[in-house]
Amino acid sequence: MAKKFDKPKMVPVPSHSIIPERDIDKSPILECSHLGIDFGGLRAVDDFNLTIGRTEIAGLIGPNGAGKTTVFNLLTKVYQPTRGTILLDGMDTSGKTTVQINRMGIARTFQNIRLFSNLSVEDNVKIGLHNQEPYSMLSGILRLPNYWRQEKAAHQRALELLSIFDMQDLAGVKAGALPYGAQRRLEIVRALGTNPSLLLLDEPAAGMNPSETAELMENIVKIRDTFQIAILLIEHDMSLVMGICEGICVLNFGQVIAKGTAEEIQNNPEVIKAYLGTHKEA
Amino acid sequence: MKRLSKTSRANGLTYVMVVAAFVILQALSAGGGLSSTLQGQLVPICAYVVMALSLNLTVGILGELSLGHAGFMSVGAFAGTVAAVSLQAALPSAPVRLLVSMIVGAGCAAVAGFLIGIPVLRLNGDYLAIVTLAFGEIIKSIVNNLYIGMDGVGLHVSFLKNTMTLGEGGRMILNGPMGIPGIQKISTFTAGFLLILVALIIIFNLVNSRAGRAIMAIRDNRIAAESVGIGVTKYKMMAFVLSAALAGAAGTLFAQGQTAVIATKFDFNTSILILVFVVLGGLGRMWGSIIAAAALTILPEALRGFATYRMLVYAIVLILVMLATNNPMLKSFFARIIPKRKGASVDG
Amino acid sequence: MTFLNHLINGISLGSVYAIIALGYTMVYGIAKMLNFAHGDVIMVGAYVCFFASSSFGLPPILGVLLAMAVCTALGVVIERLAYKPLRQATSLAVLITAIGMSYFLQNAAQLLWTSNPKIFPTFFTVTDRETGAVKTGISLFEGQLNLSYASIVTIAACIVIMIALTLFTSKSKMGKAMRACSEDKAAAQLMGINVNTTISMTFAIGSCLAAIAGVLLCSSYPTLQPTTGSMPGIKAFTAAVFGGIGSIPGALLGGILLGVIEILAKAYLSTQLSDAIVFAVLIVVLLVKPAGLLGKLVREKV
Repeated sequence: MAKKFDKPKMVPVPSHSIIPERDIDKSPILECSHLGIDFGGLRAVDDFNLTIGRTEIAGLIGPNGAGKTTVFNLLTKVYQPTRGTILLDGMDTSGKTTVQINRMGIARTFQNIRLFSNLSVEDNVKIGLHNQEPYSMLSGILRLPNYWRQEKAAHQRALELLSIFDMQDLAGVKAGALPYGAQRRLEIVRALGTNPSLLLLDEPAAGMNPSETAELMENIVKIRDTFQIAILLIEHDMSLVMGICEGICVLNFGQVIAKGTAEEIQNNPEVIKAYLGTHKEA
Repeated sequence: MKRLSKTSRANGLTYVMVVAAFVILQALSAGGGLSSTLQGQLVPICAYVVMALSLNLTVGILGELSLGHAGFMSVGAFAGTVAAVSLQAALPSAPVRLLVSMIVGAGCAAVAGFLIGIPVLRLNGDYLAIVTLAFGEIIKSIVNNLYIGMDGVGLHVSFLKNTMTLGEGGRMILNGPMGIPGIQKISTFTAGFLLILVALIIIFNLVNSRAGRAIMAIRDNRIAAESVGIGVTKYKMMAFVLSAALAGAAGTLFAQGQTAVIATKFDFNTSILILVFVVLGGLGRMWGSIIAAAALTILPEALRGFATYRMLVYAIVLILVMLATNNPMLKSFFARIIPKRKGASVDG
Repeated sequence: MTFLNHLINGISLGSVYAIIALGYTMVYGIAKMLNFAHGDVIMVGAYVCFFASSSFGLPPILGVLLAMAVCTALGVVIERLAYKPLRQATSLAVLITAIGMSYFLQNAAQLLWTSNPKIFPTFFTVTDRETGAVKTGISLFEGQLNLSYASIVTIAACIVIMIALTLFTSKSKMGKAMRACSEDKAAAQLMGINVNTTISMTFAIGSCLAAIAGVLLCSSYPTLQPTTGSMPGIKAFTAAVFGGIGSIPGALLGGILLGVIEILAKAYLSTQLSDAIVFAVLIVVLLVKPAGLLGKLVREKV
């Protein structure tokens, strides 16, 4: 079920790269250059450059309203960028729709949880597997042999994916009835179902207590290691970001103000100013 | 697996309910235990049940409000009946003719559904609803001004004015606002029952398949559905066309059970009536649609005793039921006496 | 000249649609519901005015005022009894309840006043002082252009209502409360606005306008039956969507355009297909402008 891309090719690594050591010989999975979007007169995101390695865990942080989710919406083409290009595995994504972007390999979760809340946990994951187990509507209605075969495979795969978060026992529960933390985890499982090469997590630890967050951190690393994918996450919980992100990008007022490792970011005066404000502004 | 088993149990019970109702009514009918009014209502009840199932697919499963569903019923009724009348000589066997005409009716309604779906499904919410209403009215106007005749050469069609001169032995089938008179009643209760079964099988199997899940995903959260690679337009269209086809078959069944049909029978009020069945029966709940459609088709007849007050009583019953089932205070009151079912959105 | 005649008739009919559409649009804007019973309130208004003048011999103006009072009360009562308990329910549940209410009003009217059509009296007449002849309109350009008084009054009434309502919603305290509620009910409540009173007020205004629309409609199209309100109701609802539901100028624009298209289609294209043409135009407009002519498209925040 490995996703095949048409033309995996080497792309020169930009100078601002934060690609980790082990990916250095591979082309980056994502390259954004000079990405920007305007809403009316407002430059929500401007000149956004980011490169993510194939198996990197990267963090996108910044104060509220900095444009972090907008970046996700640009990457997944919920909004079409006004300027700039996004290369996914070396392929230009301009003009693509959200659906096509997912098929190309980007999956995401949402800040304000968007589950199929009237459906069961298992069905939510199976919907994530939609393009992995294709059979026609007619086979489904007539219950042809490939319906049974693929449904069985989808069922097993769904339970397998749920077991990452030890949620296989919840398969029959209505997704909307899950506790908050479990809903966030289910969104991750659903996204993984689409077999992405880049997973975008929008505040995965929001609303979780410290022990849940610690568990989530372990699981994010586990997901990266098992699936060998890149993960870009937006998070306000600094223990999570500093704990697992190999590269961090800081956004303020739609612009990148710093990039680097956890240590570099923590000591960056620009970042401190953005988060705490200067005396003048305060 | 808890829910799957619960769902299939509800689906199973729905089949059992339909079969049992059929057997009982057949037995009563054979034993002369049915009043002649009820006897005459059997085919329309089946047609309305299929209409309710079909609309529940659009409103309950797809999650889009349609206010023009009678339009598809109309297309099915007239296309199917024209087919049945013109095939009278070629297909002497009534059940075969009914089957063929139903397929024609469903096919034509599906085409209409597709054509309407192209603009309609681009819109959202109330705008989509108003456009379906508009299409329902347009279909009514078109059929109301359509003239179809048949002679030795074949079918002749004219629009707005009857301009055709038919050859020898020719006859008018559809006569504009006069509709189709003198229909041979070839729809039977058994045919209606079988159509209900087919509709149930299609809907239940769809819901528990990849396509059905995609449709419900779009209903629950369109943006999330897109984010996992589900083509929204494609699946909306699938559900809409399927729903239109079922409505078309129901229309054919209905028309072939009447002595005459006219276009104005399938107007906005009929669309609303079917919507009432669906909402009262519960969105996504097929057994609810069946019971509501059957009960509300019989109710006006059953209220004959009230004579002039019956439609008023009907309206009051409708309002009270809606208040009782949707008011939070009353709902919690009922929840306390009736143990709450924690079902998924699609059961039965 | 005949074109001008048709155009004026169209604007006159459109003005009636616009006044009815206001009721739909205001209620939709604030309560986010389609009040399907609105068309039947029009019918009730027309009946009240009819009986006030023909059975009790009240002068027309009193008849209209009585109709307005009755409809206002009716609108508020309907809202309190049928819609208010469903404030938290799904919009579909409210829609069905509104449909039930529409059935109720129609059937109650049928019981009270039978389904035999009543011929609505001609209010807007002028008696010629010299000849004593009763004129229902003025004739210009040697009879080539006929303006009925009913049309003139209808169009004038529509203009007055629009101006009054625009001033009301932008200047008055209650009007501002209404706009606040239509933006965000919860926030409005936190600012100390009584949402229930505001919604009641909206229904009151909408229903009061429906009474006026009923009288005006029946002055031009004098056949009065229990079902009189339903088709104009649907058309006016269409008009509201056409102009952009929730928008007061949109209701005016949508109503007038719909009326003009309907009359012109009847005159020049096909009488039988005029309704189909009206709805086809609506579909085209919604495809080009998915939120109606003056509506604002709200994008879902991701």
